[in-house]
Amino acid sequence: MNERFELPARLKTTSIALMLVGLLVLIIGGITLLGGDHHAQTRFWIVLLQTSVFFVMITAASVFIQAAASLAQGGWIVAYKRVPEAIGANVWVFGLIAAVVLLFIAFGLDIDGHNPIYHWVHPEGDEILEGKSAFLNKGMFAGFTLVTIGLWAFFGRKFRALSLAQEKAPKNSTKIYWTMVKWSAGFLLVYALTQMSTTPWMWLMSIDAHWYSTMYSWYTFASAFVSGMAVILLFVLSLKNHGYLELVTKEHTHDLGKFMFAFSVFWTYVWFAQYMLIWYGNIPEETTYFKIRQQGPYGLIWYSVFIINFIMPILVLMSRPSKRNYFTVTFMAMAIIFGHWLDFFIMTMPGPMGANWYLSWYELGVFAGFAGLLMFVVYNTLTKASLVPENHPLLKEAVLHES
Amino acid sequence: MAIKKFAVGCYDDEAVLFPAVEKVRNSGYKLHDVYTPFPVHGLDKALGHKDTDLHVAGFIYGITGTATALGFMGWIFTGDWPTNFGGKPHFALPAFIPITFETTVLFAAVGMVLTFCYLNQIMPGVKKHVFHPRQTDDLFVVVLELNEHVSEQEAIDFLKSTGAVETKVEMAESEWWYGRFDKEEEYEKLNATV
Repeated sequence: MNERFELPARLKTTSIALMLVGLLVLIIGGITLLGGDHHAQTRFWIVLLQTSVFFVMITAASVFIQAAASLAQGGWIVAYKRVPEAIGANVWVFGLIAAVVLLFIAFGLDIDGHNPIYHWVHPEGDEILEGKSAFLNKGMFAGFTLVTIGLWAFFGRKFRALSLAQEKAPKNSTKIYWTMVKWSAGFLLVYALTQMSTTPWMWLMSIDAHWYSTMYSWYTFASAFVSGMAVILLFVLSLKNHGYLELVTKEHTHDLGKFMFAFSVFWTYVWFAQYMLIWYGNIPEETTYFKIRQQGPYGLIWYSVFIINFIMPILVLMSRPSKRNYFTVTFMAMAIIFGHWLDFFIMTMPGPMGANWYLSWYELGVFAGFAGLLMFVVYNTLTKASLVPENHPLLKEAVLHES
Repeated sequence: MAIKKFAVGCYDDEAVLFPAVEKVRNSGYKLHDVYTPFPVHGLDKALGHKDTDLHVAGFIYGITGTATALGFMGWIFTGDWPTNFGGKPHFALPAFIPITFETTVLFAAVGMVLTFCYLNQIMPGVKKHVFHPRQTDDLFVVVLELNEHVSEQEAIDFLKSTGAVETKVEMAESEWWYGRFDKEEEYEKLNATV
């Protein structure tokens, strides 16, 4: 049962077309926006920041689910293990793009002597930013960015390499399995210190440098994880749709649906906890963050995010039959990915763009480009090895899995 | 609440139990229940049990909790006793959400536990007949319900043919009852005639 994935022509053309759309939009945006006023230039960079950070975080979520499943000795994931592996092995692609964008914004972006996205690069004269400057400075930013992306990319490729090495190991050997458990423990530590605490402060929260929230990183992690599970589900179902992954049944996709449902609720929990404490405390320097987002020009997106990311999943995905229906989970996975991209939109845009925000050709085009790139690199990685991890000690358990 | 006649077959191996259950279901005998010392995976499927609607009940309990909390707090703070808390609106929805959430969980959890107990006939004080003392120890006990049209000997032979290591026929209460284990004397008289 050596399932070798061959990239169907339709998927290849779709992904290349999406990438071309992204590239075209980037070139047109580069000409029109970068040649425009400071507002247009800011728009060019902030959209790239939002989308590249979103994509590097949702791909890194695949590395996290592998580590978590490996430590918990979860067998069910083994049936489609190659998918999170292939996504994780490509963290470096998005990491590279995000690193270039982030470092350029921090170091190179200078419009009329100030940085429109990261105000903290020039803290002089601002008491609050001067107070934060021991942590929030260019050197720390570069360090955190490079270390985070480097480690995520390294672990993503390491997990895939270990899993492929298992195929060549002697039958019934569990040596690599236990090695993987040790590396997973290491990754959880890395992930806890980056995605779950420090890195979102640097990349996203520092856009509103005067404001802070201790829930922020958890909230970003919940966004990234639920979209990451949706991405895995979409890849699994597209492979099944083309006749691969016979071992994956509704029992496995049901569990992925449960993850999407549960972490949508978890996202709402953190999202609301952050909102409610600030609403109740009613301290002006904290509430400004929500003033512009909820009651100001971003109100429409604010409420759409809530509806797409909470109301829809809880109503649609609650019942068992809908989690076992391929159409509903596919639809909800797409909605969740888009909804959390919008959530990142509302995290990033209000700071630099103020009331004059856009959600049109450039924003959607960049999103399409990144989605095409994700499809292209992941499908290509999937063709490189058998889709069934035949030699994995838990494969039998995965096949017999009932949810 | 009725005393009925049962044929009891005891098995000492799961591997024998599963084919036996299948044979019982195909034979036409009325299967009363199967008692096992521990949860046996897949036995519910082998017995042909369908998923219960416990989760639907849970959803209804949860919605009831949501409505109760929101309605009650809304009534108190807008109608019955409007109070100004730090200039917040009387119907302060965000502040109500944590309590609403907790009440939803409480109603759903307690309601589902009680429904589960009702469906499984387990509650403090509820008694059921124990067909074999070792059914909580190391034996898997299959119980068939007999009536006057069924030959006892045939039922026993049938159970033995499916691999039962121990069989018997006895009269027993088929449902639960409330109170003490005081049915033994009654059974003794009845079982003397079996």
